[in-house]
Amino acid sequence: MADEPFIARGFHSRRQTAPPNRLPPGQYETRDFPVLSAGPTPQTSLAEWDFRIEGRDGTAMRWSWTDILALPHETPTVDIHCVTKWSKFDTRWEGVSVDVLLDAARDAGVAEQPFIMAFSDGGYTTNLPRADLTGGKAWIVFLYDDALLVPEHGGPVRLLVPHLYFWKSAKWVRGLRMMERDDPGFWEQLGYHDRGDPWREQRYQGDP
Amino acid sequence: MKWTVASVVEVRDEALHAKTLVLDVPDWPGHRAGQHVDVRLVAEDGYQAQRSYSIASPPESRQLELTVERIDDGEVSPYLCDVLHVGDGLEVRGPIGGYFVWDVRDAGPVLLVAGGSGIVPLMAMMRHRARADANLRALSEMSLLYSTRTLGDLFYLQEIERLVEEQNVRAAFTLTREKGDDRRGYHRRIDKAMLTDVGWPPSHMPRSYVCGPTPLVESVARTLVELGHDPSRVLTERFGPTG
Repeated sequence: MADEPFIARGFHSRRQTAPPNRLPPGQYETRDFPVLSAGPTPQTSLAEWDFRIEGRDGTAMRWSWTDILALPHETPTVDIHCVTKWSKFDTRWEGVSVDVLLDAARDAGVAEQPFIMAFSDGGYTTNLPRADLTGGKAWIVFLYDDALLVPEHGGPVRLLVPHLYFWKSAKWVRGLRMMERDDPGFWEQLGYHDRGDPWREQRYQGDP
Repeated sequence: MKWTVASVVEVRDEALHAKTLVLDVPDWPGHRAGQHVDVRLVAEDGYQAQRSYSIASPPESRQLELTVERIDDGEVSPYLCDVLHVGDGLEVRGPIGGYFVWDVRDAGPVLLVAGGSGIVPLMAMMRHRARADANLRALSEMSLLYSTRTLGDLFYLQEIERLVEEQNVRAAFTLTREKGDDRRGYHRRIDKAMLTDVGWPPSHMPRSYVCGPTPLVESVARTLVELGHDPSRVLTERFGPTG
């Protein structure tokens, strides 16, 4: 089929409340915070919780909950974009830059790889190029709007990678695993895009 | 995944505020019960809006059916319910989503729990089972618990009652904003007692599919786990109504 879009008879553009340069193609603005996940919300006690960065050779760096809290905090305010079409502007988070974690792991001898699999309680995984988690673009966060992150939004700790579709921002994240190849994670195995850039509308496998 | 222009072959009322669109989709690759499609509307000036809608029709059906709840201040659903008519084209792509799916060959008991328009993908599962041969059906006993605000919000009521009579499906309804006699169902939010009555014991290792607004899904999924169900066999799809 040609790239010429099909015009829906009698459909008219609506007065946009959002500045057009903030809304990626096919998205609409919501003021709510919808929740999407594939199964029950895991309940993990903070005493047992840890965060790990794992190398391909069995090396690993581990942080407890209080270790994480002791690291320097950042407070990103970012727009987020869900593949199910909603976008939410100016969401406020507090957490630790993934750069800090990856640098510490590298210094502790965990060899870097070009790809990373984020893994979560409940078995969820999502794959990312290492370059999408570095350079001040990604965090692990534990506060949302100045309050502890509730379990249904991924608490105690979720990944935040706001420049990619929000399924990449794994809820209930427990660690990052180094990968030599870009192996697909949970949704990526089920047909969703390996990178997921909302500005290029990379929703599904096969999208540009 | 490419966009395709489907043609609307039928529009019918499904509930007070919902319509079912029957679509002919050229070269539809087929789908599994529980999957959804993306719908895109493009205006003359290039403005576009996209939404996802669950597929109501079973994989065996030649035509694709979507049931759309009309959200008054929405943008896409009022168009689909009020403006679109038979003979129009509609851009779709899919099928999408490969986790919240069920196949009758999976065998084993199934609990379906729906809130509001969350019934749609579960209806595809019930219709899929109804098309299977009797031996497969006997291996996959099915029980439905369906919560809506009022009677007028129930989708597919007659069809579900027919499945209960003819297909050995169990179904229970709860109308959270209706008062009155309990002979035909519950009048409260879904709770542990209701899930115990309508569902399967954890020892039967059922698969549970829960679809509806977030508070209902959170509460039902948590309660099923508390009742002893394996979290990996509780599959959820959460959404608020999308305009």
